[in-house]
Amino acid sequence: MHRFWKRSILGMAAAGIMAWGAAAQDTIKIAYIDPLSGGGASIGEHGLKHFNYIADMVNAKGGVLGRKLEILPYDNKTNPQESLLQAQKAIDAGARILTQGNGSSVAAALSDFVAKHNERNPGKEVIYLNYAAVDPVLTNDKCNFWHFRWDANSDIKMEALTNFMKDRPAIKKIYLINQDYSFGQAVRSQAVTMLKAKRPDIQIVGDELHPLLRITDFAPYVAKIKASGADSVITGNWGQDMALLLKAAADAGLQVDWYTYYAGGAGGPTAIKQTGLSHRVFAIVEGHANVPHEAAQKTEAEFRARTGLGVWYPRVFNQMAMLVAAIEKAKSADPVKIGKALEGMEHATFTGGKGFMRADDHQFFQDMYIASFGPLEGGAKFDEEKTGWGWKTVGKIDTANTILPTTCKMQRPS
Amino acid sequence: MLELVIFSSLNGVLYGMLLFMLASGLTLIFSMMGVLNFAHASFYMLGAYFGFEISRRIGFWPGFVVAPLLVGAVGALVERYGLRQVHRHGHVAELLFTFGLAFVIEELVQMFWGKLPVDYRVPASLDFTAFTLFQTTYPAYRMFMLLVAVGMFVFLLAILTRTRVGLIIQAALTHPNTVAMLGHDVPRIFMMVFGVGSALAGLAGVIAGPALVTQPSMAALLGPILFVVVVVGGLGSLPGAFVASLLIGLIQTFAVAINLSLSDIFGSGGAAIFGDLWQATVAQLAPVIPYLLLVLILIFRPTGLMGTRET
Repeated sequence: MHRFWKRSILGMAAAGIMAWGAAAQDTIKIAYIDPLSGGGASIGEHGLKHFNYIADMVNAKGGVLGRKLEILPYDNKTNPQESLLQAQKAIDAGARILTQGNGSSVAAALSDFVAKHNERNPGKEVIYLNYAAVDPVLTNDKCNFWHFRWDANSDIKMEALTNFMKDRPAIKKIYLINQDYSFGQAVRSQAVTMLKAKRPDIQIVGDELHPLLRITDFAPYVAKIKASGADSVITGNWGQDMALLLKAAADAGLQVDWYTYYAGGAGGPTAIKQTGLSHRVFAIVEGHANVPHEAAQKTEAEFRARTGLGVWYPRVFNQMAMLVAAIEKAKSADPVKIGKALEGMEHATFTGGKGFMRADDHQFFQDMYIASFGPLEGGAKFDEEKTGWGWKTVGKIDTANTILPTTCKMQRPS
Repeated sequence: MLELVIFSSLNGVLYGMLLFMLASGLTLIFSMMGVLNFAHASFYMLGAYFGFEISRRIGFWPGFVVAPLLVGAVGALVERYGLRQVHRHGHVAELLFTFGLAFVIEELVQMFWGKLPVDYRVPASLDFTAFTLFQTTYPAYRMFMLLVAVGMFVFLLAILTRTRVGLIIQAALTHPNTVAMLGHDVPRIFMMVFGVGSALAGLAGVIAGPALVTQPSMAALLGPILFVVVVVGGLGSLPGAFVASLLIGLIQTFAVAINLSLSDIFGSGGAAIFGDLWQATVAQLAPVIPYLLLVLILIFRPTGLMGTRET
């Protein structure tokens, strides 16, 4: 009798473990590590909605290899240290695909962490999909096999922006204002070098670095821009730093052209409308709500109906579609196999262009757009933040013209 | 150049007055009760959120009046049922209590209003341009903030120097035991001062919320700088707090406008030893300058600019 109990308890426990194992096998877990509090939260939250939306779409069609996608959100407070803790937590929770975007300082720490983790834990590798951190170094000197990037890096963006500015003779005096960390510094130094080469007549009247996501009132900075006599501003600011800068500019009635990376983020459009700068704020993006591509327009409408905001990150759609394709191609969700399948993969992008993931450095190349913000015209359907103003394409750079060389020497797992 | 000076002065004075609205309460509470209230900036945040909640239901102006009163009531309750109980265990316990309270308030705010900034708008009646100078506009709302801060300063000064209550408070600042022996209900005065101090912080929150950003990290962003103001001004000194607030407001604003670096002054020779620090401009160092001032004051003049007691 005694033995019987023992055996059945053991049996039940074993069955339980197997059942638990099967349940863990059920979903493919993707850990989303980005700010969900603090100054970066307004964009981190909306980024999460992109991932959840796409996961639901994929799952509604039966998932990948019969398994469902599951997004696990982790709040890293835009802090590199905190991100590593969260990444470890995510790995302990069974996630082997990590994704992150906001903050190149975070991305550099995470990329390094993932490389070390994989070296120490063979057979339990994780892969890191970067949807927005654009410091060029991540796909150059500090590249590694586990890091893949879907946004055009900062050099590509600045190259496109300065090519566009080259043909605008009205630009005479430029002011640079950027966040004081690796990405902001990359924007600043590239802007200086490229402008010097393409438009030596342009005078750089200001070169500002300010603390990252800690300024709540940009009025002193705007007073400085005003006093410098600049006619144009270049900034790589994002999140709260972009919205509040534009807000302070609106309050002071600052009349300049803005060449930005991320004017479309939370609060940006509202502030631009307030400045009254119709089609004088430009952003370099891989797509926007009014690119006339039928499938993208349909998704845009559905996404807005569900989340109340527009698609800010067409690249997240590219990233997730390619992840699904890679898993299907490799017939496995093992990060090593996913990584190999992603290398060199070609992809029809969200806005209908042709893109590819360069194997040499894991940088995705795609059509880029320069868009300006102003009253909707010419059949454009979507405005932003209920302002009645929306994005319009003023320049398009084909994939082939965005390709820059890399210094990456990729080490691949055998 | 002139326009930069004028607008930097305006912005600096405005920021300084905002700091003063908080520092005045903090320094009063400290000098009276001996408690450095770590949760003081949290009351400022509560003011902003209460103001937001009332303004979206009824309107900005009712919120402008009611929210500070509510925050004052919360402050008084915290003193009566929290701090007073902890008081008998000494100052360290009180300090830890306010430290914990700051985190509790931040978590509660996140639970009620979420982690994202809330959409607290400038009221339509104040959403216009006050004046234009050198083609730069100055929003009316900022003028309004300035007026409220000045009004509050005058009001506080009048109470402290012209009324009986003010007399007792001033006496309690320096000789709390004597005041108690004269038959005044010192615990009640404590509760009142704590309540009024919180209400002032709340008022600052209500008016700063729409101009800055109403978000759960707003207390943590402003908290440290408050201690700088109080220490630099001299603990327990209201005029000191006033001078220090303006000083720090102006220093921070003007520092942003200055592009000088050490290498501009002394040549590039020091770069080998000091590295990036040698190239950093004053504008980049702006956020650190108040804390540098704090350290220097503590070393060379521990009583602060106008204080009478040692920190």
